[in-house]
Amino acid sequence: MLRIVKYVLYDILQNRIVIGYTLFLLAVSLGLFNLSGDPTKGLVSLLNIVLIVTPLVSIVFATIHFYNASEFIELLAAQPIKRSVIVWSEFFGLAIAMLLAVLVGLGIPVMLFAAGATGLTLVIVAAGLSVAFVSIALLASVITRDKAKGIGVALLLWFYFALLYDALVLFLMFSFADYPLEKAMVAVIALNPIDLARVVVLLQMDISALMGYTGALFREFLGTGWGIGFAVIVLMLWVWVPIAVAVRVFRRKDL
Amino acid sequence: MLESTLLTKSFGKLKALDGVSVRMEAGQAVSLVGPNGSGKTTFLKCLLGLVVPDKGELTLNGKSILGTWDYRRHIGYMPQIGRYPDNMRVGQVFDMVKEIRRDTFSHLDDDLMQAFEVEKFAHKTMRTLSGGTRQKVSARLAFMFNPDVLVLDEPTAGLDPLASEILKEKVLAEKAKGKLVLVTSHILSDLEELTTDVIYIIEGKVQFYQSIEQLKSRTGEDKLNRALAQIMKLGLIRGGAFVVFWLWDNDTITPP
Repeated sequence: MLRIVKYVLYDILQNRIVIGYTLFLLAVSLGLFNLSGDPTKGLVSLLNIVLIVTPLVSIVFATIHFYNASEFIELLAAQPIKRSVIVWSEFFGLAIAMLLAVLVGLGIPVMLFAAGATGLTLVIVAAGLSVAFVSIALLASVITRDKAKGIGVALLLWFYFALLYDALVLFLMFSFADYPLEKAMVAVIALNPIDLARVVVLLQMDISALMGYTGALFREFLGTGWGIGFAVIVLMLWVWVPIAVAVRVFRRKDL
Repeated sequence: MLESTLLTKSFGKLKALDGVSVRMEAGQAVSLVGPNGSGKTTFLKCLLGLVVPDKGELTLNGKSILGTWDYRRHIGYMPQIGRYPDNMRVGQVFDMVKEIRRDTFSHLDDDLMQAFEVEKFAHKTMRTLSGGTRQKVSARLAFMFNPDVLVLDEPTAGLDPLASEILKEKVLAEKAKGKLVLVTSHILSDLEELTTDVIYIIEGKVQFYQSIEQLKSRTGEDKLNRALAQIMKLGLIRGGAFVVFWLWDNDTITPP
């Protein structure tokens, strides 16, 4: 597996997009920290950008890469290698590349300007989100055959998780305002990795005013320690479940 | 050595393979012949696990190969259209496959490397290669690890006459070593040179599976293309009319 991951990574790093993405993250975080004198304010602004940008880049880049690697995958599939090893290698290669970009582009500025528990949480959460969206992207691309369709599905998924979901949750809350929905909401929130990530960071920051509606609920129900533990486990499930399903589907796919 | 039992595969409504049962032994060289879209490539892809059959069984040396992967170390595959990562160099492709298969072979077969003068284009990226040069890369990859079974999908299509001769000699040499060779091609004269048996497929069904000698003696013809034409004329196989046209197109024999 390591041998194949090496070649996947080599192929990705040859691509200038990952380097551009890293530089973009660097520029944004350095810029935000320098604009606002208070590192906490900088961190909050950064959080909002990170929650939009890292999932978007991860899911789109991973999808495009997987389709562009179809030749490579075909070549490997005719060799004495397990099918599942091929998908896992693609996953690890992409995940490592995205993690590197986040650690360099986000990690370094945060450690310079806002070192501390909150800053560290933000970097870890951004890393987790990147990996989760790589995993979701691979599932989407294994299921759809057509490249344009696959990228479309990836963008729709991002749109759903980043924007649509909060609107749906709000709608649900207002429609059923007369019922005691609070406990059910916790489950509903766990269904969106971006909301989870937001909650984890905001629980560290102690700034309720900036929370999304779903985040506010989450905070109300889960005390800090237990809440973070729960969120981390659910985020890990968001990484593991899509890629595990993708591997299953790919094992029986015709190439 | 290699046996398929009632192998069936559909793509949507199209039945690419419809109950294919054949058995091949080491030392045999088998041609898969049939019109375009008759299921030849699908059959070969099933052997490699690139396509997963709906029903049926495939065994290599008595062991089922469906859903397994390790058996692929015994197979050398030359695809009809070789697709390789665009920005890798030829040399890198070879190195990569070598590294990936590191523990599955004892020694490398470098015959084709020298015969095709691969060093001369080893530094080129795959994107810049012509169709024929790509075929050379595919051929070299197929023979590189000394496989027991060679699966060649239209091996000479796109190769220049010299390269084509080199490849054919190599195939004959490997056959003489007692390997099983499976070839599809539309160039019947090539098949006649290379192979000992013919499997004829139409619409995913095996029409006949006979040795070339048998075919010739039964029809009283001394050329494979004429023998095949004769069989169709006698109406021995279904869909005969269509097949005659196909033969006629490719081999300029006089229509019956």
